[in-house]
Amino acid sequence: MKSLRYALFAAGGLGLAAALLAAFLRLPPVGSYAGAYGEVLNAVAVGERHATDVVSAVNFDYRGLDTLGEEFILFTSVLAVAAILRKQEDEEEDEDEPKWQTRKAPDSDAVRVLGAALVPLMLSFGLYMVSHGAVSPGGGFQGGVVLASAPLMVYLCATADTFLRIAPPALTKAGEAIGAAGYVLIGCLGLLAGKQFLENVLPLGTPGHAWSSGTIFFLNLTVGLAVAAGFTELLSVFVEEVLRRET
Amino acid sequence: MTALLSFLPYAVAGWILLWGLYGIVTSKNLIHLVICLAVMQSATYVLLLAIGYKAGAVAPVYADMPGGTPAVDPLVQALMLTDIVVEATVAALLLALAVQANERGGSLDPAKLARLKG
Repeated sequence: MKSLRYALFAAGGLGLAAALLAAFLRLPPVGSYAGAYGEVLNAVAVGERHATDVVSAVNFDYRGLDTLGEEFILFTSVLAVAAILRKQEDEEEDEDEPKWQTRKAPDSDAVRVLGAALVPLMLSFGLYMVSHGAVSPGGGFQGGVVLASAPLMVYLCATADTFLRIAPPALTKAGEAIGAAGYVLIGCLGLLAGKQFLENVLPLGTPGHAWSSGTIFFLNLTVGLAVAAGFTELLSVFVEEVLRRET
Repeated sequence: MTALLSFLPYAVAGWILLWGLYGIVTSKNLIHLVICLAVMQSATYVLLLAIGYKAGAVAPVYADMPGGTPAVDPLVQALMLTDIVVEATVAALLLALAVQANERGGSLDPAKLARLKG
């Protein structure tokens, strides 16, 4: 049975490798980029959108609608994880199962002190990345994940109760909803001004300054909020699942 | 040598993809399987970067360089960001399914979970 599986993989893998090789040999050599869109975007983005990070300008302006979809992929996934892990009605508390030891805070002082010291660093670095997405590499998605790892650090260096106290599910749910809705509402500002959905209506500011790029700055804030809240929500769903088994 | 270097990133992408697939096929643990899927998907990051790369060009961030400086394609990098977000959400979903599989099937080994229960 197992050898059959390996034989099938060997045949399929070799076939796939041959197909990939044939396809890659027809691609232009690395370094001789010949696409048109990259050149156009690099030439116009700073002038049009006053955003010095062209990747952010692409994500939050030229492909702004796709990023809205991307944010809702994340939203749906958090919903789905919560639905999969919630307690099923037919599930009965198993009395035979050994009671899990309720997880205590780590014994090591070094772990707890280092963890606590990392929290403010992570928060400020996350906020910096979210707010400077239009200027330098970073943005709402990257900064949001860094922000969400601060509560995770609290969970690692303290107890699950502390984690749930600083990131109560009601707060993370509200943050995720406000972040997702905020993106749509900023997009609607364009419609209200008689322009297109997600078109910029705000003053553009000086390129290179944090307060620049109009809507890109605020879209980054909403995405940062939604991502940070969404990932914290994911963590708390998993933590609650562990707690439920412990008690 | 130049010809080899200009092809190497594509070969790396294919290599990562195939080894990730090997890990999935031979996996004996659902958590390990999710990580292998993440390895497989990282092949697409390498491929996207290789396609957007322009010899001698820098990152498309004009904060500290004059406009008109040759920079690599920002579009494939934006696509890569989407790719990473999707990978993270897929991993979260699959890990939740693994937790449920372990709870209901009593094992994380796909071979032991193969039996369907009505």
